[in-house]
Amino acid sequence: MPYPSDFKYTKEHEWIKSDGRTATIGITSYAQDSLGDIVFVDLPKPGSEIAAGKTFGSVESVKAVSDLYAPASGAVAEVNGELATAPEKINKDAHSAWMVKITLKDPGELNSLMSAADYEKFVAEEGGH
Amino acid sequence: MRYLPKSPADREALLRAIGARSIDDLFASIPAEYKLDRDLKVPRQMAESEIVDWFRERSRENGDGYATFLGAGAYYHYRPVIIDSLISRGEFLTAYTPYQAEISQGTLQSIFEFQSMICELTGMEVANASMYDGSTAAAEAVMMAVRLTGRRSVVVGRSLHPEYREVLATYAFHQQMPLSLAGFGENGRVDLKALEQAITEETACVLIQSPNFFGTIEDVAAVADLAHRRGAMLVVSIAEAVSLGIVEPPRQADVIAMEAQSFGVPLGFGGPYCGVIATREQFVRQMPGRLVGQTTDRNGKRGFVLTLATREQHIRREKATSNICTNQALVALMVNIFMTVYGKIGLRELAKQNLAKAVYAAQQFGKHAKVLFPGAPRFNEFVVETSEDPHAINSRILGHKIVGGFPLKKFYPELGNAALWCCTEMTTRTAIDTAVGLVAESEGSVKPATEADVEEVTR
Amino acid sequence: MTHPTRKATRHVNQNEGLIFEKSSPGKAAWKLPPLDVPEVDTKALLGSSERKDLGNLPEVSEIEIIRHFTRLSTWNYAIDLGMYPLGSCTMKYNPRVNEVVSRFDGLANAHPYQPGKISQGALRIIRTISDCLIEITGMDAITLQPAAGAHGEMTGLLLVRAYQQSKGHPRKRILIPDSAHGTNPATAAMVGYAVENLKSNAQGMVDVGALAAQMNEDVAALMLTNPNTLGVFEQDIHKIADIMHAKGGLLYMDGANMNALVGKVRPGDFGVDLMHLNLHKTFSTPHGGGGPGSGPVAIKKMLEPFLPTPVLVTKPDGTLGFDYHRPQSVGRVRAFYGNFGMFVRALAYTLANGPDGLRQTTEDAVLNANYIRKGLEGAYDLPYSTPSMHEVVFSDKLQVKKGVRTMDIAKRLIDYGFHPYTTAFPLIVPGALMIEPTESESKEEMDLFIEAMRFIAEEVEEDPEMVLTAPHTTRVSRLDEVAAARKPVLRWKPSHS
Repeated sequence: MPYPSDFKYTKEHEWIKSDGRTATIGITSYAQDSLGDIVFVDLPKPGSEIAAGKTFGSVESVKAVSDLYAPASGAVAEVNGELATAPEKINKDAHSAWMVKITLKDPGELNSLMSAADYEKFVAEEGGH
Repeated sequence: MRYLPKSPADREALLRAIGARSIDDLFASIPAEYKLDRDLKVPRQMAESEIVDWFRERSRENGDGYATFLGAGAYYHYRPVIIDSLISRGEFLTAYTPYQAEISQGTLQSIFEFQSMICELTGMEVANASMYDGSTAAAEAVMMAVRLTGRRSVVVGRSLHPEYREVLATYAFHQQMPLSLAGFGENGRVDLKALEQAITEETACVLIQSPNFFGTIEDVAAVADLAHRRGAMLVVSIAEAVSLGIVEPPRQADVIAMEAQSFGVPLGFGGPYCGVIATREQFVRQMPGRLVGQTTDRNGKRGFVLTLATREQHIRREKATSNICTNQALVALMVNIFMTVYGKIGLRELAKQNLAKAVYAAQQFGKHAKVLFPGAPRFNEFVVETSEDPHAINSRILGHKIVGGFPLKKFYPELGNAALWCCTEMTTRTAIDTAVGLVAESEGSVKPATEADVEEVTR
Repeated sequence: MTHPTRKATRHVNQNEGLIFEKSSPGKAAWKLPPLDVPEVDTKALLGSSERKDLGNLPEVSEIEIIRHFTRLSTWNYAIDLGMYPLGSCTMKYNPRVNEVVSRFDGLANAHPYQPGKISQGALRIIRTISDCLIEITGMDAITLQPAAGAHGEMTGLLLVRAYQQSKGHPRKRILIPDSAHGTNPATAAMVGYAVENLKSNAQGMVDVGALAAQMNEDVAALMLTNPNTLGVFEQDIHKIADIMHAKGGLLYMDGANMNALVGKVRPGDFGVDLMHLNLHKTFSTPHGGGGPGSGPVAIKKMLEPFLPTPVLVTKPDGTLGFDYHRPQSVGRVRAFYGNFGMFVRALAYTLANGPDGLRQTTEDAVLNANYIRKGLEGAYDLPYSTPSMHEVVFSDKLQVKKGVRTMDIAKRLIDYGFHPYTTAFPLIVPGALMIEPTESESKEEMDLFIEAMRFIAEEVEEDPEMVLTAPHTTRVSRLDEVAAARKPVLRWKPSHS
């Protein structure tokens, strides 16, 4: 399963795509597959702050809840409103079903995240596809 | 033992199949120092007839054939007989929680109907499948408001049931939720000025009861206005569910926390009862308790399932909306059947009878004693102030097989010799006239209560 | 090959819609007696508080109500129909004499505030069941106020907090094994404690070394289930209790699995400081589709001052009454005294058993679980070889290879006439099958269960699709839980069909 090479990845299966100033965040296709059918996403309001490594929301399937961990710190600029009524978009295409857009507080934080190749290896070791 | 479906030969066969020499082998993992080598000191095994006799004696000791004027959060209403006929069916009585939907559609559909009817009655958009009781439902509704607003303090009407307030205090203490009380006025309602002063930008919600502990119907719209203006939510507790037949429900509330005991649940010395939380759809994900939702199966057939389970303890664990697991399902089924029996017209007629009885009784008492809190509408309870101590009155009339009103001095000392009297459709005119007559006997001469009269033990 | 299902078969079964769909104006199932006091003008009395309309509440006749609920009831599985192998639920027989005695007029119609003079019967029931439960648990005192197990856990942790506070400070954390029931951490959070996870060792038991390392003066208590959720008795319980007590911590026991212990061993004797009981599990009160329950909390002496108010006492004149003067009490956890109806039933069960019946019950419960364990060994993976008490946990490891999981096996079990076992719990066993037959199962019923489970294991090998799409014989097939969660429909509305 190809992971977009212009994304960076966390161990908790979030992806982040940035242009150095702002960033877009979502969860990987591995994550949505593990969760099963997603029924609800709990996301922060625009204007709130998220902190790298800390939870910023959660994603629910019928039988499980998973916390979302912020890949980087910043202020939430935009929230994907489509997910409120159609959370299944994440199951359909996790890498384009973005969750939040933030203005980055410290772009340097992204350096410690995994590349697509590293993430693919990490997932294979975890017993993934 | 007659509940155990095994013969000695069966037990032998099982042990052989397991490869154990005796049952002691199977308890070998218990350290020897703890093994109980004696019989438990509990009463010896009784025959069924002995069990029946033992409890019949206890029932006799409790007495029967008393006319009661007690309300105060638990109400004596008639229970249609088909309630017990139906809930005694083994498929309802001995069924488990409906986690496996395909073989629990009976339970699930009846809960869905229950949720629907509670919504109709309360004017709310969504209701859960039950909480333990009215007192814990109120506490959990308050915690819901705290989560939703992100604020911590709570303003509570002093006219809310005193034991409900005690329960809230217990729940609140450990969540660092400061509680402040708003007193009541001459008309028995929450003092709006006091309320306005108590609500701050830190107030998560205002909690009132309507009809309140004194039987008085609150001005819910005015209270809602004060709360909402400051960004606080309004939680309304309802203890006498029959009131919903004739009294407008608190539609301006954000959350309603009800006690549905009046709807076909026996008084049973305090429990089990049936709490319910009802609220607006936008708050549903913060609502505790089970929820049943409608859906379809693989063939497009309508069916029902437990849903939004991710709020609950078995999934969310320490982040759950509540720790509640077992609820009051069988009791909620009683409530469901009761609401179905009386229905749209019957619930109103039932409530009207309650109102009529209470009005008559208040009028009669009013000829000899003082009925407090005029100036606001009431449902089926009212407060009477007498010159004689209500404990003494109650001792006296008990001999006439009448249980008098609930003395209020313990919870509202400023009300002096006041007691809370309740009339339902079960209260006869004869009982009212007799009680009034007995109370009237001593009006004019003040009598203190004796030690024996006062029920509580004090040290 | 299709296996025979000896326990169950299809049958013509009645359909029934929602009660609202039967409603029609003018039908009635009620009739009130004539009013013996003057009629009232509700508009004049209530003014703007008068309710005009009761909305879409149904109007139906009595026979329609009887048929409605009777038909609905036939769609349910129940203990009266057969075994529930649900782990840690203790789905035992609900004796009918319990129902009869709880309905005696003097008990059923007793108002909680009625004078003590006419409450002695109820109070004596409370006293007697309290004494029995104290003796059974080996503790010193008890509160019957909590309405269910989770409520009892909350009460227990309130007692822990009050006790620790009285010793100087309430402390910050509660230790909870990763095998614990979800109510444990949920409750700890409600009482303002942080939850610290305690990892189980390779045998699925408490890792005593880890406990010793994690226990310090900041930990208020350990919440333990014993036997644990694997059905295994914590043999190091002595060490566990000592570790907690040495640093001023308390040992709380979740009593959900008491069915393995009653009459054979007492938690109070092996170092437990406080515990809750589930009357709707061990003590036969009916599950009723999800409740009511009752969750009494039994305690050691040092916690007595903190018990919820009020406490039952014997007055100087020998009568029973409630003591409300309890300055150190944690307060109330609910209005009135608890689920009294459940006390009556639990007491009737205790009296029907006596000491020998209680012991025999526990022995049969453990015997049954071990018989099923033996019968399923080989067909299903047994992750832990430690001896089982009243319940046994298998995993779906052997079946996962064919893409079949515990939930699928559970759904197929329905076709064989049984309610599923507990799936996906405890969390420390991935793909768990948690089975507790209880003492109420005969050899015949258990043999049918073992046979069904073995047939399903064969089906997984030969025809996994059959299992994956089960159940096939129920009124409804697998329901769309995803749609139910994405777009919840939680009430009937006239426009819905």
